[in-house]
Amino acid sequence: MISVTSEAELADTIAAAKSPLHVQGGGTRPIGQTTGETLSVSAMTGIDLYEPGALTIVAKAGTPLAEVEAALAAENQRLPFEPMDHRALLGTDGTPTLGGMVASNVSGPRRVQAGACRDCLIGVRFVNGTGQPLSNGGRVMKNVTGYDLVKLMAGSYGTLGVLSEVSFKVLPSVEASATLIIHGLSDVDAISALSQALGSPFEVSGAAHCPIGQDGTPETLIRLEGFTDSVSYRAERLRELLAACGEISIETDPEILAARWKSVRDVENFAGQDGDVWRISVKQSDGPEVSARLKSAEVMYDWGGGLVWAKLLEGTDIRPKLEGISGHATLVRAGAASRGAIPTFAPENAVLAKISNDLRGRFDPRGILNPGLMG
Amino acid sequence: MEMPAPNTAIVARKREIVARLQSVLPDDAVIHDPTETRAYECDALTAYRCPPLAAVLPSTTEEVAAVLKVCHEEGVPVIPRGSGTSLAGGALPTSDSVILGIARMNGVLETNYADRIIRVQSGRTNLSVTGAVEEEGFFYAPDPSSQLACAIAGNIAMNSGGAHCLKYGVTTNNLLGVTLVMMDGTVTEIGGAHMDAGRYDLLGLICGSEGQLGVVTEATLRILPKPEGARPVLIGFNDNEVAGACVADIIKAGVLPVAIEFMDRLCIETTEKFANAGYPDCEALLIVEVEGSDAEIDAQLSVIMDIARRHDPVELRQSKSPQESANIWLGRKSAFGAIGQINDYMCLDGTIPVSSLPHVLKRIGEMTEEYGLQVGNVFHAGDGNMHPLILFDANKPGDLEKCEEFGAEILKLCVEVGGCLTGEHGVGIEKRDLMYAQFKPEDLEIQMAVKDVFDPKWLLNPAKVFPLDASETRRAAPSIAAE
Repeated sequence: MISVTSEAELADTIAAAKSPLHVQGGGTRPIGQTTGETLSVSAMTGIDLYEPGALTIVAKAGTPLAEVEAALAAENQRLPFEPMDHRALLGTDGTPTLGGMVASNVSGPRRVQAGACRDCLIGVRFVNGTGQPLSNGGRVMKNVTGYDLVKLMAGSYGTLGVLSEVSFKVLPSVEASATLIIHGLSDVDAISALSQALGSPFEVSGAAHCPIGQDGTPETLIRLEGFTDSVSYRAERLRELLAACGEISIETDPEILAARWKSVRDVENFAGQDGDVWRISVKQSDGPEVSARLKSAEVMYDWGGGLVWAKLLEGTDIRPKLEGISGHATLVRAGAASRGAIPTFAPENAVLAKISNDLRGRFDPRGILNPGLMG
Repeated sequence: MEMPAPNTAIVARKREIVARLQSVLPDDAVIHDPTETRAYECDALTAYRCPPLAAVLPSTTEEVAAVLKVCHEEGVPVIPRGSGTSLAGGALPTSDSVILGIARMNGVLETNYADRIIRVQSGRTNLSVTGAVEEEGFFYAPDPSSQLACAIAGNIAMNSGGAHCLKYGVTTNNLLGVTLVMMDGTVTEIGGAHMDAGRYDLLGLICGSEGQLGVVTEATLRILPKPEGARPVLIGFNDNEVAGACVADIIKAGVLPVAIEFMDRLCIETTEKFANAGYPDCEALLIVEVEGSDAEIDAQLSVIMDIARRHDPVELRQSKSPQESANIWLGRKSAFGAIGQINDYMCLDGTIPVSSLPHVLKRIGEMTEEYGLQVGNVFHAGDGNMHPLILFDANKPGDLEKCEEFGAEILKLCVEVGGCLTGEHGVGIEKRDLMYAQFKPEDLEIQMAVKDVFDPKWLLNPAKVFPLDASETRRAAPSIAAE
């Protein structure tokens, strides 16, 4: 394993590389397969700039996510997009880094309100496949100067360049949180209730449905956040709006809520169990149809139904079953029977596949960064 | 400001090129008479004008594809145009180019309230997107000042923002999918109604690419439920620096206003004479707006007003009625018009870290002395997106040049303090030659390499965004194809 401590060292390493490199942050999100010698950026750490009054933070790509979250918490702020921790689901240990989070555009339940990782990412520095340090975006939240390579780098899994520094727009933490809990809804009714809640003016910041909830029965969760009075006002209004759904309880205990939403965020239902785990992104109202097509799968819905997590027997390629539903499916956790046999990322149409391939050719002409991972 | 010399071989073949365009479009969709093409000689950056070879007004994605295919084969540059409201010259043509205007494609293709999306043809105006969904209690969030006229196509090209993006984000945060026509006529969908990309985020790359990668003909946009209510508070200060500190304290306090607008003395005085909004006589003025139910608004405004009081304001006025709210916004919304009444002006768009606000305002004040031109400051303070308005006299020889030089100095200052050249208007031709102030040559090179992928012949809006010397060799290529 090669470990680098600075962007200059990272650039020299890539420029000198003669064979493929397997780019790694904390190694907690081993999604897909690649080859090559491991290049770790986890020793490239540190918060370079944090201005609470400007809602911005800039840090080295190897900085532990926990370190950034602690710094933000000390100023009563947070990363808006509630990044998922993959360790339980993927059975990994190690320390999640900012770079790994950005490279896989990891977002959580709050994505429905605050946007995804890519929406809060405002600047990147990275080293391309020839060893050139490059920069795009910056440290201000409104910036349309030149092409937005910031978005392109988010979710490119290290195949276009190795991130060295990332900047985020952050948001204030909230004073209070409440979650409306409804039991016993069918998938269709639950997604419809979530849609109604998300379409209300009450600023829902989490909308999830677990067909097998914590007590074994279906559980639908709708989260509200903000100032205490405002949260209780909105919770009551929302309960009235959704009265047709039956009994609705309102949970406000911060510890219980933190644990419950962490379990949604991290898909804890599927942790430590056999089977392939798929992440399916579709139009919100198509969520139940996805589940219906995957008969034998155990599913969990986030993002109001737009994000479906499905656990199936190893080796089942679900993509043919989902044909005609717009969106995409990623094989996040592949068992031995699926690994290498089923593509991790959804295939693109021929036009986009050519664009993606050509882009990769421009950013990494020698094809040495995570070869095979995204094609 | 320079534009590349036109390719005379293309200009000489105007008749043949027009005939080919006419063969793929209805008669009334090809404009080639020199008296009529003049309507397309500029956008809202009116200082620069040049009639195009021709203008085409397709009505369908298929027609757009057919036009692009013809131009691709003929090696003719194409300038995509939304409503022509760009302040950066994004739609400025050259005499060897074809303007591709999207204005006839303004339909709503689908509204879906359960999924909170709307699919529109890209020529639809920003405000009429909200118009299509407001009866159901929804709105489209990005709200550029030109929203009455500007098209979604242009919003996507420039990744437009607006006054309310502190809370709701800019175009790229509210765009879910597009139909893209590439320069060779290939049509593809990118994204859709789902919330993220399955592979590279090409949608994020298209948004803000200033019409250089492809022509967007349809867009799927996120719509949001309208808040229960909104109300502003007006705060006057006798010091710019104190106003800046107040903004930072509001943000740090955990309140997230939907807008924080700032005006300086010149703007306050000018708009007051023009609009009689009842603004106080002071150095700096903030308008802070929050949303929610009445009780929620009361609670948030009380936090904000407590913070304001600690900064010794000369005026602190909470709106008590819709009429008062409208008055508070009246001056801000008429600021550009009011300044325009007394002078020609150039509107800048640099963004700075909010913490640098006092320093930047002080420096601009000093430069005002050096250049002998006045500057009014009115901007979105919450996100640091400044809009200095430099006043000049277009009839006075040399004044425009002096103004441009001054503007360039202000933008370089924005970059120097950690900001950028443009926060929401785009680079276009206006800031093209300043790009070296923000980017190293290799940072521009990788962006140009992206354009190579989408438009290898560099025919789409070619002389924009990148400094002319940086893009010269690439732009030279198509003229060979044009013979």
